[in-house]
Amino acid sequence: MQRKLAWQFLYDMTLARQFEQAAAEQYTQGNIGGFLHLYPGEEAVAVASLHAAEASDYVVSTYREHVHALVRGVRPAAVMAELFGKATGCSGGYGGSMHLYDAEHRFLGGYAIVGETFAIAAGVGYWLRMNDLTHVVLCYFGDGAVNQGTFHESLNMAALWKLPVLFVCENNRYQIGTEIHRHSAVPEVYRRASAYGIDSRRVDGMDVVAVYEATRAALQHVRAGNGPYLLECETYRYRGHSMADSGAYRSALELAELRARDPLDGFRERALAEGWLVAADCDEIDSEIDRVVADAVRFAADSPQPTDLGASVYREPLDLYGGRP
Amino acid sequence: MAELAYWEAIRRAHDEELANDPMVLAMGEDIGVVGGTYKATSGLYQKYGDKRIIDTPISENSFTGIGIGASMAGLRPIIEIMSINFALLALDTLVNAAAKIRYMSGGRVSCPIVMRTPGGTAHQLAAQHSARLARVFMSTSGLRVVTPRGAMEACGMLKSAVRCNDPVIFIEHERMYNLREQVPDTEYFRPLEGAEIVRKGTDITLIGYNWSFLLCMKAADMLERDGISAEVVDLRSLKPLDRETIRRSVEKTHRVLVAEEDEAAVGVGSEIISVIIEDCFFALDSQPVRIHAADVPVPYAANLEHAAIPDEHDVYQGALKALGRI
Ligand SMILES: Cc1ncc(C[n+]2csc(CCOP(=O)(O)OP(=O)(O)O)c2C)c(N)n1
Ligand SMILES: [Mg+2]
Repeated sequence: MQRKLAWQFLYDMTLARQFEQAAAEQYTQGNIGGFLHLYPGEEAVAVASLHAAEASDYVVSTYREHVHALVRGVRPAAVMAELFGKATGCSGGYGGSMHLYDAEHRFLGGYAIVGETFAIAAGVGYWLRMNDLTHVVLCYFGDGAVNQGTFHESLNMAALWKLPVLFVCENNRYQIGTEIHRHSAVPEVYRRASAYGIDSRRVDGMDVVAVYEATRAALQHVRAGNGPYLLECETYRYRGHSMADSGAYRSALELAELRARDPLDGFRERALAEGWLVAADCDEIDSEIDRVVADAVRFAADSPQPTDLGASVYREPLDLYGGRP
Repeated sequence: MAELAYWEAIRRAHDEELANDPMVLAMGEDIGVVGGTYKATSGLYQKYGDKRIIDTPISENSFTGIGIGASMAGLRPIIEIMSINFALLALDTLVNAAAKIRYMSGGRVSCPIVMRTPGGTAHQLAAQHSARLARVFMSTSGLRVVTPRGAMEACGMLKSAVRCNDPVIFIEHERMYNLREQVPDTEYFRPLEGAEIVRKGTDITLIGYNWSFLLCMKAADMLERDGISAEVVDLRSLKPLDRETIRRSVEKTHRVLVAEEDEAAVGVGSEIISVIIEDCFFALDSQPVRIHAADVPVPYAANLEHAAIPDEHDVYQGALKALGRI
């Protein structure tokens, strides 16, 4: 592996871990409200898949989307400010943790209605296909989301119309407190794709290199005009579902087993062993991230609140596509 | 008497009805092993088992539909939808099926489900988790819609709802689960129909339901300090609506305010005020006042959320306006 890519993997996974840690602390201090869903344990999925994608590809994600936005290049300060509900946040403080947007980075949102993303992503894919563009839409979703009708309806249309969508399942085994064998008749999510003739595979989502390679292959398949692909990443979240959930329904043993396969520690060790990185790189990354995250928190804290309640309900003045008739 | 939190009252109603009738069951996301997001079914999975306390996948329209089908055959499902926002996904089966089955069958088939769900804004849950939607269900013929204002009502009304042979939409509120109230130790029921004058007064009628009723009560205290006697009406049931109680109160006070947490358009307030204009227009001494949310999706930022949603001060100011004091 190239040193540069290894460096990016470690940098982004460390950023993801520390950013979420800081968000948890700020939530506890009362600076962040609402629901806060964090990503520790799942870093390899967003980091690898988004590095495998091009900056020109589109992203549609869920309410657990801080890290997707960060890896996409949305400034940590703008994400943290959004969590604080500040005017300088990437959604101007109107969206919050679950609704990050950044059109410039083709980050088309975090959605908090489970299952909503499938159709939205397919719609963006339809636009790409109509315009013969080779970009892809990456659509993230959890294991719980596949039991929503929209999953099946959207996969059917995406396959029927050969839409360039890469469906990325972040299978962390839980739908809040309901374990996957209790919510899904077919717990191997990737197998469901075959019902619509969609190619799919399952990959170890704790292994950033494996996810990267699988995503590259999947993107190639989609870009070649074969229609959608479904990539299932087996992963795990260390924390509860959100800050409101202790996660008490999981055994300490299960948690310990998964933590022993930590994607961040695992990659750091491997990168050092393979000589992709040296110890000084890790130290440099750690101290840089400490600074970036601290700056993000400070920026968020110092930023002003939004002031205009009715600002963006409609585009004003009335704006007609193609000019006034 | 024992003091129960709202969630405990709902839990008790489940427990009593599950014990009373083996055909009663509860279903919803995370209601079993975890005991419900607001603990309203905690311990029941252990007590009644997984056949009667069902953890569902995230499939709102279909698990609600399964509840509806089961009810047509003889079960009595209490369906929890984790948040009213997700009830939008089940609107098809609730509105196209549950609400109409009895009528479409010429009264031959009934559909005795209860769909319980919390609505309301609560501490920055943002646009997709802050819906109220009472007005949507209220506008649907064939559904009953009830909105308990406290633990006492919650337990007694849920028990009545379970025994009711029509589909009942039982709307709770995110911010009410921990409110406590004295509740009798022995079994009791509260009616599904009828508004209630909870506080008597002579100068103005304040009308609300669940959360907005509580705002009216607080505003009535504030008005009392100004020497104004406010009568507070809890609608209790949004459908059917108790026009008679509303009329009698307005004919007594001659001034009226309706408070709701939702946006105004085609809302509870518009309906109540229409009813008042139809039933007792000439009793009014001033224009009716509506207190409601701003006409925006609920914003995340704390300051904007606060600005978007009415509180007791808004009700108080609105009452002063109706009274011609400002
Ligand atoms: C339509 C809908 N139903 C229910 C919920 C409540 N809810 C939020 S997240 C969640 C679990 C989702 O699990 P999964 O898809 O596996 O994603 P994860 O949170 O594990 O990443 C539920 C039930 C919701 N947001 N939307
Ligand atoms: Mg999951």
